[in-house]
This record gives sequence, C-alpha cells and structure tokens, in this order.
Amino acid sequence: MSQAHVSLRGVTKVFPSSSGGQGLHALGPIDLDLQQGEFFAVVGPSGCGKSTLLELIAGLTSATEGTVEFEGRRIEGDIPDGIGVVFQEDACFPWLSVEDNIAFGLRKIAVAHEEKRRRIGGVLDLMGLGDFARSYPAQLSGGMRQRVCIARTLVIEPRLILLDEPFGALDQQTRLLMGDEVLKLWRQTGATVFLITHALDEAAMLADRIAVMSARPGQLIDVVETHWPAERDSHIVERLEFGAVTARLWKSLREESLKTMAKTSRGPADRT
Amino acid sequence: MSSAAMKSARNALVLIAGLLAAWQALYWFVGDAALRPPLVTVQYTARLMTTDAFWMHLSETLQAFAVALSIAVAAGLVIGFGLGFHKLSAQVFEPMLVAVYSIPKITLYPILLLAFGLGMPAKIAFGAIHGIIPVALFTLNAVRNIKPILVKTGRVHGLGPFEMIRSILFPAALPEIFTGFRVGFALTLIGTLLGEMFAAQRGLGYLLMTAIGLHNVELIMAVTLLLVVFAATVSAGLLAIDRWLHRHI
Ligand SMILES: Nc1ncnc2c1ncn2[C@@H]1O[C@H](COP(=O)(O)OP(=O)(O)O)[C@@H](O)[C@H]1O
Ligand SMILES: [Mg+2]
Repeated sequence: MSQAHVSLRGVTKVFPSSSGGQGLHALGPIDLDLQQGEFFAVVGPSGCGKSTLLELIAGLTSATEGTVEFEGRRIEGDIPDGIGVVFQEDACFPWLSVEDNIAFGLRKIAVAHEEKRRRIGGVLDLMGLGDFARSYPAQLSGGMRQRVCIARTLVIEPRLILLDEPFGALDQQTRLLMGDEVLKLWRQTGATVFLITHALDEAAMLADRIAVMSARPGQLIDVVETHWPAERDSHIVERLEFGAVTARLWKSLREESLKTMAKTSRGPADRT
Repeated sequence: MSSAAMKSARNALVLIAGLLAAWQALYWFVGDAALRPPLVTVQYTARLMTTDAFWMHLSETLQAFAVALSIAVAAGLVIGFGLGFHKLSAQVFEPMLVAVYSIPKITLYPILLLAFGLGMPAKIAFGAIHGIIPVALFTLNAVRNIKPILVKTGRVHGLGPFEMIRSILFPAALPEIFTGFRVGFALTLIGTLLGEMFAAQRGLGYLLMTAIGLHNVELIMAVTLLLVVFAATVSAGLLAIDRWLHRHI
C-alpha cells in the first residue's frame, strides 16, 4: 500500500487566550497528504496560520483537534527524527563558527566521528560555504547566514524538509538563485519538501503542488498542480504555463488577501 | 602584538603618566598637610608591603571580597534566571529590584550590623548586597533578550532542558551576564571596603580608617594607591573580556 509521507486529518489549532476568553482559532480544519519525495508549497495571506501549520508538522506545537502523522507515526508535540526545519528568521548561533553551527545539527545523531566530518564537509561544499567554515555568523551576509541554517538542516539528511519563508529576507535575484539551489538539493536528497512562502512566483517556480490558504482560520481553499519536470530550474519562469499557474494562484488568493487587509486595517496588526 | 593592542597599551601609558603628573602638581599646590608626592608614596607602599600586618589586612579583605562576590554572583544568577524565565514574577519583582538598587546601601548598614555583629559576616553581607542586584538585573535582561528562534532551533534538534540551558541559553546570555559580573565586581569591592571602614578590626578598609584617625597621610595614600591599582587593573581586564564577548556573540 502506498502511504502518504505526511498526513493531516481534521487538524485545527486554537491558541488559548491568556485572559481566559475564547482563544484564537488560528488554523483548520485541514486535511492534507504529502507524497513521498514531492515538493509542496503553501501560499496564503499573512497571519493565516502558515507557520502554525509548519510547526504542527514539525512537532513544535500540538494540534487542538485532529491528527498529524509522519511516516505512519502520529506526532503529538514531540519532535520526530528525520525532519529538518529552516525558519524565516536568522537562527544561526552567533557564538559558534559556521562549521560548529552545522555540526550542531549532528549532536543528537548517532553516527561515527568520521562520518560526521564527511557530512559536514559535504554540506559546506554544497552550500558554497567551504571558504567560510571558520568564520562566525556576524561576519557573513544575511544570505550566507541563511545558507548556514540550511546546511545545518541538510547535514542531518532529513527525509522531510520544512522551510518557513526561508528566503523572505533576501533580495529577489538572490531568492531566484537560492530557489535553484533548493531544487538541486531536493533532486539530490530525494527528500519531501514543504515550503511556505508569500511569493507566488517562488511557489510556482519550485513546487509540484501548491496549496492556497484562506485568511485566518487558515484552510486549504485550492491546490494547484504544476506538472513541472523534476529537472527544472529558474528558467521555468519563461514558460507560458508559468504565467497560468501564478494567475490561478492569484485568483484564489486575491479575495483572501483583501479580507486580511480589511481585518488588519481595523484591528491591531497580526503577528506573522 | 596587534596594532590595536599596541594602541590601547600606549593610551594606558599616557593616561597613567597624566595621572601621575596631575598628582604631583596637586601636591605642589596643597602641600604636605594633605598629600604626599607619587615617589614618596610608592616608596612608602613598598615598605608597607614588607610588614606582616599589611598582608594580614590584605588577606582579610580579599577573603571577605571573594566570599561576597561569590554570593552576589550566585544569588544574582539565580534571581536573574528565575525572573527571566517567569514573565509574571519579573513584572512584579523587577521594579522592586530597581528601587532597592537605588537605595544608598549605607542606610542598611546599621541593620546589617545588628544582624551580623562586627567582623567578617557583616562585611561579606555588605559587599554582597552591593553586587547581587546588578548581577540579577543584567542576567534578567540577558535571559529575556534571548531570541526565541534559537530555543526553537534547539527543540527541533531534540535538546532536553539541561542541554538547552548549557548549549543555548547560557552562551546566548553570556555577554550580557558578563557585563553584570563586571559591574557587580566593582560594586561588591566598594561594599566590602565600606563595610570594613565602618565596622571592623581588620582589613584594608579598617587600615584606611585608622590611618585617617591618626592622620597618617603616607598610609592613607599607600592604601588608596594599592586599591586604585587593583580595581583599575581588574576592571580593565574584565572590560576587555566583556568587549570581546560582545563582539563575538
Ligand atoms: N504562540 C501563539 N500564541 C497565540 N497566538 C499565536 C501564536 N502563534 C501564532 N499565533 C496567531 O496565530 C495566527 C497565525 O499565525 P502564523 O501561523 O504565524 O501565521 P503566518 O505564518 O501565516 O503569517 C496569527 O494571528 C498569530 O497571531
Ligand atoms: Mg509565518
């Protein structure tokens, strides 16, 4: 039987309110299956619960209702092995060198010292950080630091990679190039990739399937299949179908974004 | 030596030479009644350092200071970490800490004397109360300013609570905590010496007080010189470490 790599059933998340009121219904209900090895992207207006969805899959927070399964095992607020996460914010440890930051990813992984050295060398090269192994994060640009975080995630050779707006802080050109790198990594590692982004073109360029989320409480209102070949890169943006994909995403998203704008212009700004 | 280190060494020398010159000039101005010139003071200090009594006083002060500083740092860290992790109690206690910090500690001295009597415990207590609050406040801030994303990263990598403190919380907070230690060091030294000046029979503070009582200007100058040299040297060292930590973390 072919089983989904990640599977969510009726998942909702309500954040309890500190004043004992109703709480904040952030997400769901959501049903979602990620297939083994697919590149899945999620787009949605800010504050709709994208990061919450990612944290549920990572086991960083537990669902109020419903179940989350990874490789057939239920995740309930515990963090399973085999999942790597890259956050939007700079998550480098400033007191560790680039190399030691990456080695941090391996501290809980039971592999021989030699194997660790080999893997660290491998991801340093892969992410173009070879010359910076002994540098400290403060000496690097934002883009380079994000590479360090990606390298720290890849070194554990995750079977599922969760990316929460990993290129949000980078300029457009760098983002396209980083997108190419991620595609290369995805092909090389064969991992399942779950990418959150607010950039429609990024989602359209990278993913096999793209889910569109509604305004809060976030639900999946559309799933778009791109049918790109696995051997692809940023040149995909030149294709005619690329325009069609982004147009469809925008059509689904436009109304939701308007709702969010109306809400935030009345109330206090949402945390993203 | 790097050129930066050379530059700061040169600055220090210029500063010391300037201070010595100012001291000598002041002596010419006020005369023997209140001061001794630098050379005489250094000679007297050298002689003082050959006496047993001096070493007895010094070791008494150092002991009191070491214990007071240990208490201040340990208690400050516990209070700082405790409040740092518990938002609500931080909201309640931080203003109180700040208020207590601004009380001139000398007003508490009579109470401490009643509680501890003359001697070592009172000095230690007086030194420690000067140092605890800055260490606690800096630690509290340090813990509060740890980026949540770093803790999240630790969780993603499966760290338990103990490893989280050792590998993430502590290094993330270290530079700020060290600043607290530096400030705590200086204030605890002041507190310990003040304690010795007003109620003790031993220690450098006591020696200074007796010298004042006997109007022994050489002795006053010698003890002051030693204290200034000690405090300045250690503070400069701590400041250098502090700067290094803040640059690298
Ligand atoms: N720990 C939390 N406690 C309370 N509310 C939260 C928490 N995390 C997120 N939220 C709220 O849940 C909603 C969704 O947040 P998030 O998942 O970060 O959105 P997105 O990533 O799509 O911008 C927001 O309104 C946010 O304020
Ligand atoms: Mg988010």
